[in-house]
Amino acid sequence: MQNNHTITVLKLSLIVVGMFGFGFAMVPLYDLLCEVTGLGGKTGGAYAYDPVVARIDKSRLIKVNFITNTNAGMPWQFWSDKGGVRVHPGELKDAKFYIKNTTERRMIGQAVASVVPFSAAEYFHKTECFCFSSQMLEPGEQMELRLRFIVDLKLPKNVQTISLSYALFDVTNFAAAEHANPYLPNRTST
Amino acid sequence: MSEVAVDRHLDHHDVGPAKGLTRWLFTTNHKDIGTLYLWFSFLMLLIGGGMALVIRSELFEPGLQFVDPAFFNQMTTNHGLIMVFGAIMPAFVGLANWLLPMMLGAPDMALPRMNNLSFWILPFAFAMLLSTLFMEGGGPNFGWTFYAPLSTTYAPDSVTFFIFAIHLIGASSIMGSINIIATILNMRAPGMTLMKMPLFVWTWLITAYLLLAVMPVLAGVVTMMLFDIHFETSFFNAAGGGDPILFQHIFWFFGHPEVYIMILPAFGVVSQIIPTFARKPLFGYDSMVYATASIAFLSFIVWAHHMFAVGMPLAGQLFFMYATMLISVPTGVKVFNWVSTMWRGSMSFETPMLFSIAFVILFTIGGFSGLMLAIAPADYQYHDTYFVVAHFHYVLVPGALFTIIAAVYYWLPKWCGRMYDESLGKLHFWLSFIGVNVTFFPQHFSGLAGMPRRVPDYALQFADFNMVSSIGAFIFGFSQLVFLYTVIKAIRSGTPATHRVWDSAHGLEWTLPSPAPYHSFTSPPNVTEAEAHS
Repeated sequence: MQNNHTITVLKLSLIVVGMFGFGFAMVPLYDLLCEVTGLGGKTGGAYAYDPVVARIDKSRLIKVNFITNTNAGMPWQFWSDKGGVRVHPGELKDAKFYIKNTTERRMIGQAVASVVPFSAAEYFHKTECFCFSSQMLEPGEQMELRLRFIVDLKLPKNVQTISLSYALFDVTNFAAAEHANPYLPNRTST
Repeated sequence: MSEVAVDRHLDHHDVGPAKGLTRWLFTTNHKDIGTLYLWFSFLMLLIGGGMALVIRSELFEPGLQFVDPAFFNQMTTNHGLIMVFGAIMPAFVGLANWLLPMMLGAPDMALPRMNNLSFWILPFAFAMLLSTLFMEGGGPNFGWTFYAPLSTTYAPDSVTFFIFAIHLIGASSIMGSINIIATILNMRAPGMTLMKMPLFVWTWLITAYLLLAVMPVLAGVVTMMLFDIHFETSFFNAAGGGDPILFQHIFWFFGHPEVYIMILPAFGVVSQIIPTFARKPLFGYDSMVYATASIAFLSFIVWAHHMFAVGMPLAGQLFFMYATMLISVPTGVKVFNWVSTMWRGSMSFETPMLFSIAFVILFTIGGFSGLMLAIAPADYQYHDTYFVVAHFHYVLVPGALFTIIAAVYYWLPKWCGRMYDESLGKLHFWLSFIGVNVTFFPQHFSGLAGMPRRVPDYALQFADFNMVSSIGAFIFGFSQLVFLYTVIKAIRSGTPATHRVWDSAHGLEWTLPSPAPYHSFTSPPNVTEAEAHS
């Protein structure tokens, strides 16, 4: 009888350990799901642009809106010089954004991008983006940031307008190590 | 019967309970531990109920009267946490402890020492949780669902105590479940096959598996919170590449099976009680078992219906909407089976039966409002309103809580050997029945009209419904003191109960004397078809 219980308890403990692991496995699974479906408007990392293969579809003109937000408690100013641009699919386009540290202390900011509608997220490629790394600003310092992007030729036909939204977070406490040691890789890719 | 007589003889001389406080601290007896669980959950019911009355007092009239909004948030959060983890779940574990060995023909639970540990963790866990209310910055104030970043970036400092309290509660539930499964699988008397087990045992077996599957996920999600708060990880922090929506997915992957954890044993209890007082065998025993298993399976694939408003692709909304509606099929099977059991039965209406019938009716109302909430396009209107509050209180209060009360009235004579006062029981029932409906029915209307949940103040047009609701809450809250009095009176001075207690009760527990001997079946009983389950 006692032996019987031991086997049962061991089997059941395996379920417990397995499900504890499954809870953590949901983190990469969720990221994978978001990448595949564009869920949450996540846009992926740097895109390798090949100018030889690239073709521009002059028949379509897509409006790309730029939205800049600072997260609650982030005192910096964050803006783009134009509210948006019009772009042909396949065309490489540049945009400029600005951040200014309005405080009296050195701070580090990190912008996080998302795209609406979600169905456009996987067709919006950034070849260069300030959001690939965090920015450190001295008190009162202002910085110009560059975004270079391309809208994929395969963008669904029903999408006429894409809104690219950036939320700027205060990561001074998080990213200090990264800026102290320039040889460390960046901790985020989006 | 002679074996039983021998048991009682031993009881008084050799292996009876120890004397004094250490009996309760060191006990490994399933009945003692069941009693501890039940009294503990009743204490938690009173504490959580007190918090509910603070909430309803504040909402009696528009404007801020008694408490400031920060404290109000702590009350809603702790009311939810204490009722879910402190009142409903331990009460069902207490019932399982008392009843499973007696129903299965076993001498005790399979793992008595772990049983002791899984109970004695709880008072410490809840003492820790409640102590946060007196800390600087206050206790948890982010809702019982503790969504990140409210519970991480913006949480009070006491959140760490909350996290460890959840870890302890989870450990207790997991140990309790392992014990219950080991008891059911290994300790059944010869002849007690799985498909002869009483439905209370069946529902608990399935519930215990649900607990094993989801409590570790809950432990995982609070661990991730702990890391985000103290070790600068970014599971849920968008600045570091994490995603707060991920928190909701993991939480509800635990949270939806959790709501079935709180209701499946309730289904088991009414499936025991209704046949007794309808004087007919349970209609559709096999279909009850399969329906319970189906509900348990479906509970794992519907979690995102709590999150329709987060911005989900259409395919996701449709999937979770249809999967959710599918649950109404096995649930409907159960409701029709209970009604069919009562159909043309010679019914009598003792207190446990009254609570059980009220359960069938009111739980079904809660099920219907659940179907309304499952409609994704409509949920955009209902989301986070009082309609949701009305829905889940209908399934949890006249749902889970009523069946726990019914179970106490039904088995109390077996536990303490004395009958409760039937008129007091009926008084308790009618006060509770009226109180519950006066409290929660108007909340459907204020919710449909747009009153958000978790607010200390509200627009003037909701004033009447809220006043009615608060009056009902006080009736319901104070009528539980009638329950306390009735139970104590029965234990101290009730008339002695017979072995069978109810003339048409079936099940092995009724073959034992009342009160049940300290050790249930030291030699296996004879299991007949008629006596196995009702």
